[in-house]
Order: sequence, then C-alpha cells, then structure tokens
Amino acid sequence: MGFDWSIMATPGYWPNMVHVLTPALLETLYMVIVSTVLAYIIGVPLGVILVISSPGHILPTPWVERILGTIVNIFRSVPFIILLVFLIPFTRKLIGTSIGTTAAIVPLVISSAPFVARMVESSLKEVPYGVIEAALSMGASPWQIIYKVLLPEAKASLILGFAITTISVIGYTAMAGAVGGGGLGALAIDYGYNRFRTDVMLITVILLVLIVQGIQSIGTSFARKLTSH
Amino acid sequence: MIKIEHLSKTYTSHKGNVVALEDISLEIAQGAIYGIIGLSGAGKSTLVRCLNRLEEPTGGQILIDGQDITKLSGKALRETRQTIGMIFQHFHLLQSRTVGENIAFPLEIAGYKKNKIKPRVEELLQLVGLADKADAYPSQLSGGQKQRVGIARALATRPKVLLCDEATSALDPQTTVSILNLLRDINQQFGLTIVIITHEMKVIKEICSDVAVIDASKIVENGPVEQVFIQPQSAIAKEFISSVFPNELPGDLLRELATHADSEIIRIHFLGSRASDPIIADLMKDCQVRANILYGSIDHLRSTLFGTLTLELQGSKEQLAKAHTYLDERGLKMEVIQNGI
Repeated sequence: MGFDWSIMATPGYWPNMVHVLTPALLETLYMVIVSTVLAYIIGVPLGVILVISSPGHILPTPWVERILGTIVNIFRSVPFIILLVFLIPFTRKLIGTSIGTTAAIVPLVISSAPFVARMVESSLKEVPYGVIEAALSMGASPWQIIYKVLLPEAKASLILGFAITTISVIGYTAMAGAVGGGGLGALAIDYGYNRFRTDVMLITVILLVLIVQGIQSIGTSFARKLTSH
Repeated sequence: MIKIEHLSKTYTSHKGNVVALEDISLEIAQGAIYGIIGLSGAGKSTLVRCLNRLEEPTGGQILIDGQDITKLSGKALRETRQTIGMIFQHFHLLQSRTVGENIAFPLEIAGYKKNKIKPRVEELLQLVGLADKADAYPSQLSGGQKQRVGIARALATRPKVLLCDEATSALDPQTTVSILNLLRDINQQFGLTIVIITHEMKVIKEICSDVAVIDASKIVENGPVEQVFIQPQSAIAKEFISSVFPNELPGDLLRELATHADSEIIRIHFLGSRASDPIIADLMKDCQVRANILYGSIDHLRSTLFGTLTLELQGSKEQLAKAHTYLDERGLKMEVIQNGI
C-alpha cells in the first residue's frame, strides 16, 4: 500500500503543516544555536591550548597536550547516541531533568566541544610558524600571539570549521529528537515513521537539507571573502 | 654595541646531539653593517636567531649595550625584543592585515596609543616608498614590496639593531639591490646597527662594513670587509670572494705559462684611488720588466673601488725583485701565483 500523495492538495493541509513544523523548527534552531555557541565557548580555548602546548610552538608543554588530547579523543570516540544515554544522570543533576529540548543541549555540547577543539586546532596549525616567530621577534606575549596572530590569521579556516560544526550539530539534534529532545528530528520520527506520514518525513528532510545548504553557502562565501584579497 | 662571547648552541634530540654553533665570539660596533656569510647548514641562521633569543643558546653570553640578553626572560625579554627589529627571507607578514595594519602591528604590541600609531605608520610607509599601498594586502604585493613592508614593520618601534635573516635570498637580483640600498640608507639615516645573514657574497660586497665567515658552526675569519676581501685567510672565504670577483686562471693557461723562462705570474689588488694610478706603465718604465695582462677586474666594494689585476711579468731576477719593491712601496698588495724562475 503506497502513500496517498493527494493529501497534499486537500484544503487546510499546508496551514496545518506550517502549524506542526514551526515549533519543531524553532526547537531545532534553539538546540543548534545554543549548543554550537556553548561548544565554541568550551572548544576554542581547548583548541588553542592544544596548539600552543604542542612541541615547537609558543608554550610547549607535552603533558598538557597529552592529557587534553586524550580527553578530547575519548569524548570523540563515543558514539553520540551512547553519550546521550550515558549522560542522563549528569544532565538530570545539572538542569533537573533529562528530557526535553534544553536537556538535549547538555549531551550536544559535550559531544561537540571536543569536535570544535579539533577543528580549531587544525585551523590554527595552518598559520605558518614564521609569522608567529615574527611576532615573537617584536616582543609579543603569548596572549597577544593568540588574539592578534593565531585567531585572525586562521579566520577563514575557522569560519569553514564553524559551518561544518554547525551542520554536524544539526545532525546530532535529529538524534537527540529520538530520545525526547524535540525538534525536526523528533517530528520526522513521530509523524513520518510511527504514523506512516511519509509527507511529513519528506518535508522535514527537505527543510534540513535547505538549512544545511544555507549554512554551508554562507560559511563558504564568508571564508572566500576573507581570502580573496 | 653587540658583543658575542663564546656562544654555543647544541640541538639535543633522541637521535643524538647536533652542534650548530661552537664557541662564537664576535664584536659588532654601533652603526656597523655586519655581514655573516656561510653556506647553508653552517649555523649562520641559528647565530642571528640567538641574538633575539628566537633560538636559545646553550652556552656563552650575548651583550647588547652591555646587557646580557641570554639572562633575560618573560617581560624583560619581550621589552628587549622591541628594541631589536628583524626581517626574514619569507617576509612573514600577516595575511589578514593590510600593509598599514602590518606596520602598526609591532606598535600595538608595544602598547602605543592609537593616535600615535597612525602618524608613525604613515612616516614608515613614506620611508620605504609604499605610501600608496597602505590599504593593499600582502598577497597583492611583489616580493620586493613585501620585504619593504617587513623593513617598515621592523623599524616601527625605532630599534637599535636590525637583524636580517637571508632578507634578500628570495628576491631577484634587481630587487635585491634596491632592498640593499634601502638598508644602507636606513643605516646612514638613523645610525642603526644592521646584522645581515646571507649566503650571497654580493650582499656583503654591496653594503657590509664588516664580515664574519662562518663554516661548520665556527667563525673561521672576520674583520673589515676590505681586509677580508684583499687578504682572505680561509679557503671558504677565498671561495666566496671568487664568486663575486672571479680571478682564477684556466689550468691549461697556467701550465703553458709555467714553461716560460724568466717570468712569474702575480696578482695585484687595488683599493680606492690606487685603482686609477698608471701602475703598469710605471712598472715597465722603472723596472724594465715586460708585463702581460692575463686578467683584470674592477668593481665597487661598498663605495670604494676594488680591483684585481693578474699579470705575467717577464724579466731577470733582479728586474722582478725591483718590480716587487716598486709595488710594495706603493702599498699595493701583491701575491705571486706562479714562479717560473
């Protein structure tokens, strides 16, 4: 028995669809924006420390790099869906509940922050060390090198990394939806899978594709603008 | 001004130790343009990088204006670095900043106020001849222009010393000359001491007042440029000099000349006004020797004339001895290359 697509032509279908989609879309945006921002607040300093503590950089400290690197790797190797379940007690302790959109942000941040750290690390490593040495020769402090050389010089690469991170967080929010996080992912599963509403699934997927495309295009064009001169 | 005493640098790794500098002692006078020349791997880059501690020396002292910079750390080191400018082979400009912003960079680091930075940047752009490029990005500039930005940036905080690490090695010969001229102007205008690391004798010849030759981690020879050019002691120095003043005679010619009886081959070096004296005519007239010109060249060593002349002198033992005395009396440096008597 195939899906009856003529339903889409019935009066009241689209207003009703908008009514269903809007809250889910807002939930997704809420989760993506808050998680990405928090992941960057944690991930950028981690990425910076990973770079500057590496051998031959401005503050080589092998033990810091090793410990931090190991922690980052551990969190990155746990599949998100497992992390989601594993963190339930922690989430409950932190915000009082383990269900809902806000609760989903906790595992989202914890799994994306290490990802951000690695993205930032690889962007900052692209800055030629000669430029850093030039700054050192002028008497720049480590802090000045971070915010006047490393971060500005890696700006284009950081923006591309930001687009990639945001897109992967969108993917994670869909998974978080499966365990009560809400958003477009939950909608697709609730309606599309459990209630055989292929149309809802399709529209949700199209919406996600559009969001991802949009973010990638904006990121790419920003990065290009920064490197075009 | 700069006094390097028993400086050494050894790199330690799990593969073993590599000696980069061994017991280096040098004195660089205020206002000098001091060239340090060596082949790649000789240790010259390590040496100049020790002067602002981009490289940590493993032994010895470096006194700049009486202050031992090997003992500095933290803030004191950073403040001292602000008094030592540096330019690089590959310029190392900030790609995300415009030319003007690149020049402002060391001023920001040194904590200059915004209203002090702008006029200083304009002054420096004027100095290096890039007043119209303030808003261009480094990627839009030629190599020579990038190095001009590098120079302006290095001079921004009015340093006492300018270190040049192979600053012209990535440039074509014409651009090299224009950059060297700029460095000379700066040296004369501000009395800035300049230390130049290079593998090109041409650079030493054009602008240096003093030169040190470094080979296999050691200084093999140093002194005023004229002295080293006229009387090189080491094989490596001779080799470097022959790269800008080729004066080797072809081997088969030397063998043929060796068969001549009562003759010798000599090389005379001229410096300054001596270059315009009628030496050969006088030699032939006063000493009755016959002179056969085999090779000659004349060029500038900085702003003085520097020439060499290779002659075959023919005559009796007495006549040749008289010729030697004649040259000695005129203060001309002479060496006998081949003696056929």
